[in-house]
Amino acid sequence: MSQEMSLESCLEIIKPGVISLLQDYGRYGMQHYGITNSGPMDEHAYLWANKILGNHFNAPQIEVCMGGFEARFSKPTVIAICGANLLPTLNRSPIKTWQTHTVKEGDVIRFSGAKHGLYAYLAILSGFKVEPQLSSCSTVMREQLGGLHKNGEKLKAGDLLPYQAQSNKRERNIAPYVVIVPEECIPRYADSINLRFVPNLSENGCDQTTINAFIQQSIHQGCRVSNDINRMGYRLQGVSLSDPNQNIISQGISTGFIQLPKDGQPIVLMKDRQTIGGYPLLGCVAHLDLALLSQSKPGVKVSFTPVEVGDLEGELVEYFRFFDVTY
Amino acid sequence: MKVVSLSENTLVVLFDQTISRQTAAEVLKLKQLINKELAEFVIDIIPSYTSIHVSFNLRKISHKSFVEKVETLTQQTRQTKQADLQQNHEKNLIEIPVYYGEEVGFDLHQIADKSGLSIKQIIQTHSDKIYDVFALGFAPGFAYLGTVDEQIAIPRKETPRLSVPQGSLGIAGEQTAIYPFDSPGGWNIIGKTPIKLVDYNQQSPCIFEVGDSIKFQPISKSEFLKQGGEL
Repeated sequence: MSQEMSLESCLEIIKPGVISLLQDYGRYGMQHYGITNSGPMDEHAYLWANKILGNHFNAPQIEVCMGGFEARFSKPTVIAICGANLLPTLNRSPIKTWQTHTVKEGDVIRFSGAKHGLYAYLAILSGFKVEPQLSSCSTVMREQLGGLHKNGEKLKAGDLLPYQAQSNKRERNIAPYVVIVPEECIPRYADSINLRFVPNLSENGCDQTTINAFIQQSIHQGCRVSNDINRMGYRLQGVSLSDPNQNIISQGISTGFIQLPKDGQPIVLMKDRQTIGGYPLLGCVAHLDLALLSQSKPGVKVSFTPVEVGDLEGELVEYFRFFDVTY
Repeated sequence: MKVVSLSENTLVVLFDQTISRQTAAEVLKLKQLINKELAEFVIDIIPSYTSIHVSFNLRKISHKSFVEKVETLTQQTRQTKQADLQQNHEKNLIEIPVYYGEEVGFDLHQIADKSGLSIKQIIQTHSDKIYDVFALGFAPGFAYLGTVDEQIAIPRKETPRLSVPQGSLGIAGEQTAIYPFDSPGGWNIIGKTPIKLVDYNQQSPCIFEVGDSIKFQPISKSEFLKQGGEL
């Protein structure tokens, strides 16, 4: 891409907000080097934003955490906003989430703050044109990897994110269009969520008594999302499981795994987790339920329902097909 | 050795849960088989001390079929003779230059005090051995190597350093490792390598993989500086 083009059509960050990160679907096939997957915390919202723009599933977007974000478009294009409703405005007029919007040269988009949810996704037609690092643009601050400057930095004021502008000619010939995510596909980020999980009864897992206690306590004692949450993991509070009293030998871990550290407060691993870990695993949260957890603020009630792999597989394959996720 | 389903698209193969060269040889063998036979289905593979974690592509294969394929390869690994496991011809041997100087090996004196060995003996004991990469993680390119001679095995420091310089070589218990980046850390530092272990701009961003053999090559201060090392 020429420098000229990147200067001509770009999104200029005016205020980056709390943490705004460039994210594509993630960095896969690198975990044996200790490099995490990263990718959008709320994969469901991210995939819908690309879908309604007709983008490739892996097209880079901006993940805005909790708002405070402001940016200006230098050329006309089409955008989509999905995920948490961070009260977005375009030139100070409120705009709807879970749909596309056309923007003009000089338009300013803002996200203030959330009533519910944490992460909003700002997708743009064809995706932001950023060169990948190790085949992904996803930003991992801890690993100093990816992002606009290929150093893991979060977005900052003055950053220019290139995109492919719609030519004026094309703009004249087509009417502005809007694509809206069907109502029944838009999740409600509630104050209470239920997560399906596959219990792990292997020798690196937990015994049936501990798993039963986990399920029962999560339902009856009011298990909640704690204040200790970030892109690596969400620590839960309100359940107190007995010290598993065993160290397991560090092994590979994935998004959704529920670790049980010595203090008995489970941690659900999220997109930027480390690649190996040495805590026993209570099980793994259903892939499709992680989007809801990712959007859950501290204090949200969480209960767990045990399921088997067979109960989840068909639904997940259908989801990958629908969004045309190829890996 | 057994295959355990963990989620819709992940499984783990658990080997005998004791850290040993034999288990490491089995892990390497199965890793090679999976990479050779099942590459088209695999998204990520994370071998570790006594396990191999695999995530796979559900759009290409069902959970059940993938588990069966891994079980077959696990069976094959189990039947591989000990001698063949130990003499794995595809095993890489990587030499890493290290300057074991006191100005970069902050904890050499402490190990000398504890072990009763001279610094020269510590260096020789550490660099004589060929180590296995047992696991990789904690940070990109951080390789857990084992096992160090028990004479120089020393527990992690009680108070970790706030910053350990990139390239520092440390010991914790019977394991030894190089910090690929500046980071906080509690390992006992005995030297430093001038070479860069992680380069995100390379197709293979890290020098090591689990199953590789590592030999440390002691170098002089002038050689260390010549190779770009920083004191």
